Amino acid sequence: MSVPSRPLGRSAWWNDERSRELLFQALIVAAVIAILAYLGHNATVNLRRQGIGFGFGFLGHEAGFEISPALIPYTPADSYAYAMLVGLLNTLLVAAIGIVFATVLGLVVGLLRLSGNWLVARLALGYVELIRNTPLVLQLFVWWKLLQISAPGPRAAWQVLPGVFVSNRGVALPVPEYDPGFRWVLAALVVGMLASIALARWARWRQERTGQPFPVLATALALIVLPPAIVFVALGAPFRLDMPQLVGFNFKGGVTVTPEFAALVVGLVVYTAAFIGEIVRGGIQAVSRGQSEAALALGLKRRHVLRLVVLPQAVRTMIPPLTSEYLNLTKNSTLAVAIGFAEFFSVANTILNQTGQAIEAMTLIAAVYLSLSLGLSLLMNVYNRRVALVER
Amino acid sequence: MAETAQAAPARPPSAFRWLRANLFNTPLSSALTLLVLYVLIKVVPPLVDWAIVNASFTAPNEQACAARGGACWAFIAEWYRFILFGRYPHDEQWRPAITVLLLIVSLVASCDRRLWGRPLALLWAAGVIAVIVLMGGGVLGLPWVDTDQWNGLPLALILAVGGLALAFPLAVALALGRQSYMLGIRAFSVAYIEFFRGLPFIIVLFMAAVLFPLFLPPGVSIAKLWRVEVAFILFLAAYLAEAVRGGLQAIPRGQYEAAAALGLGYWRQMRLVILPQALRIAIPPLVGTFIGGFKDTALVIIVGLFDLLQDVAVGTNDPSWRGAYIEGYAFVAAIYFVFCYAMSRYSRSLEARR
Repeated sequence: MSVPSRPLGRSAWWNDERSRELLFQALIVAAVIAILAYLGHNATVNLRRQGIGFGFGFLGHEAGFEISPALIPYTPADSYAYAMLVGLLNTLLVAAIGIVFATVLGLVVGLLRLSGNWLVARLALGYVELIRNTPLVLQLFVWWKLLQISAPGPRAAWQVLPGVFVSNRGVALPVPEYDPGFRWVLAALVVGMLASIALARWARWRQERTGQPFPVLATALALIVLPPAIVFVALGAPFRLDMPQLVGFNFKGGVTVTPEFAALVVGLVVYTAAFIGEIVRGGIQAVSRGQSEAALALGLKRRHVLRLVVLPQAVRTMIPPLTSEYLNLTKNSTLAVAIGFAEFFSVANTILNQTGQAIEAMTLIAAVYLSLSLGLSLLMNVYNRRVALVER
Repeated sequence: MAETAQAAPARPPSAFRWLRANLFNTPLSSALTLLVLYVLIKVVPPLVDWAIVNASFTAPNEQACAARGGACWAFIAEWYRFILFGRYPHDEQWRPAITVLLLIVSLVASCDRRLWGRPLALLWAAGVIAVIVLMGGGVLGLPWVDTDQWNGLPLALILAVGGLALAFPLAVALALGRQSYMLGIRAFSVAYIEFFRGLPFIIVLFMAAVLFPLFLPPGVSIAKLWRVEVAFILFLAAYLAEAVRGGLQAIPRGQYEAAAALGLGYWRQMRLVILPQALRIAIPPLVGTFIGGFKDTALVIIVGLFDLLQDVAVGTNDPSWRGAYIEGYAFVAAIYFVFCYAMSRYSRSLEARR
């Protein structure tokens, strides 16, 4: 950041830059404090008139409303504070699922936009323009109404993939049945991952000393995939899918996600992926042509050019805008309040309406979203520092 | 180019060549083309059937449309005035119509470089007053219309365009404040910008709708429209400020030093040398931010204002038109798309010119 340096001068105090600055700043600070004090005074008077006490004691009271779905056991008899935690976990769930799928879909869209295939590139462009130029809340309404009203009842559910049923009760998905042996598979997976990290470090150390490359990627993949697979087979491959089945008027088995949850996740993913697609396209196009030409001239194969030369440089320019897209997705998850999915903001809003503690509830809401934003950007900043260009 | 004419070598006809080059250039590409064509054949004909072939453009109610099995555009034909202008008195709806035109003209005029500067500022000031008089009435023989009845498209445009006009000066002040060497001012600007950029817009809207009345002196109340407009101004200002800051950072240090060497004070340095250059650079991100702000006007349904989406909800609640929501949403989406697409094309043309 270029901050212009302060001009030097010497004269009467009211003409002196330094004392003027102090005066100016003192005036601004005083004005801000005066406004805040005035607002605070009004609020105290208004609260006293309405007979609302100020304080966070209400958080311990019984919530008395249902939250569905809840990731941790929850009943309406639990406290408001606990209800907020349940809502926060739902927000984090939506954000995590949304970020993963939006990144994958966005990467695909970005690559399709650059495709030499005219038809594919045009379709991707149409998708991006349509999605980016209409409001997200409108798209959420469309997804929600499609699922809730236009989708058939469970008896006539659309089977979009084997075992995946879409009906007006939500989306029923198969899930793997839990088996005690899974713990050993997981342990083998962790061991394999640790071994591949160690291997990568050793390979880099050796390459820096001797120049000998080592096929790290293939070996690491084998180390990560093979041990869990061997353990899995040794245990007798205890894999069963819990398939949703139509029993009576609804689906039993598997996992059924509510239409609200499905609409929110699909809406957020489809919306954010359009923006991520443009970031990916921009990032790849920002790598100058000379880079890939030089790499080809060095005798690298085409796929190596993309993986070793173009992508690492593209990722570098993509990280900051990607961070803000992830943040946007998390913040946009508050639109759940429009379609009635109980994430943090909807839960807190219900509590606000039940208790009338508007100032306290809004303070909590603001604090949670500000810390989420700050936390996520810190995380991405750490990653950014690792991939950022180190200039001499 | 060789001077002597030669017979062109025998080449396949150009349509065939184009197909070869653009749709079947590699095996993977050919496979993709075939896959996409298959999906299109599956999807497009039913869509055309629904939207055009079986659609009803005039029908007494939704049930009659459903009998034909297609889209119910008759709903739009019947309800378009309500969707556009909401509960504004029917006989007075020429006023919001002119307001919409006025705001669009102001936006288009803002794209003309020759007007940038004082003429544009005057135009905007006049435009804001004209819109308030036209919509509200109470003077010049126009009947008074309460802000509760400013609905639909004029509401969206007033929130976004009015928000932009008032947020812009604040944004410039914040961007300069963030660059200031005075710690107090810099800290205030940074805190303001990061606070509003860290919050989802809905929460700012809720603060304006639910919290703000609590902070007013007892007995004073401000119409919800203006409270929401304040939320737009405060929120947009934080994002616009970051766009302006990008422009300020792109100005080389030499410009500041040269302006100071000419003996200009801080404000004249900024007004005459720095800002004219910085704002020009910042226009594409400014337009991008404004598109986002315009799309955010669809959110005011959540705090209970009658925007385009709420008007559609009212229409589809009518027993005769229950179920026509997809048609209503398509209509609203088309309105938003036209505005946003036009603005993003303008922004792109500016970037291409540089």
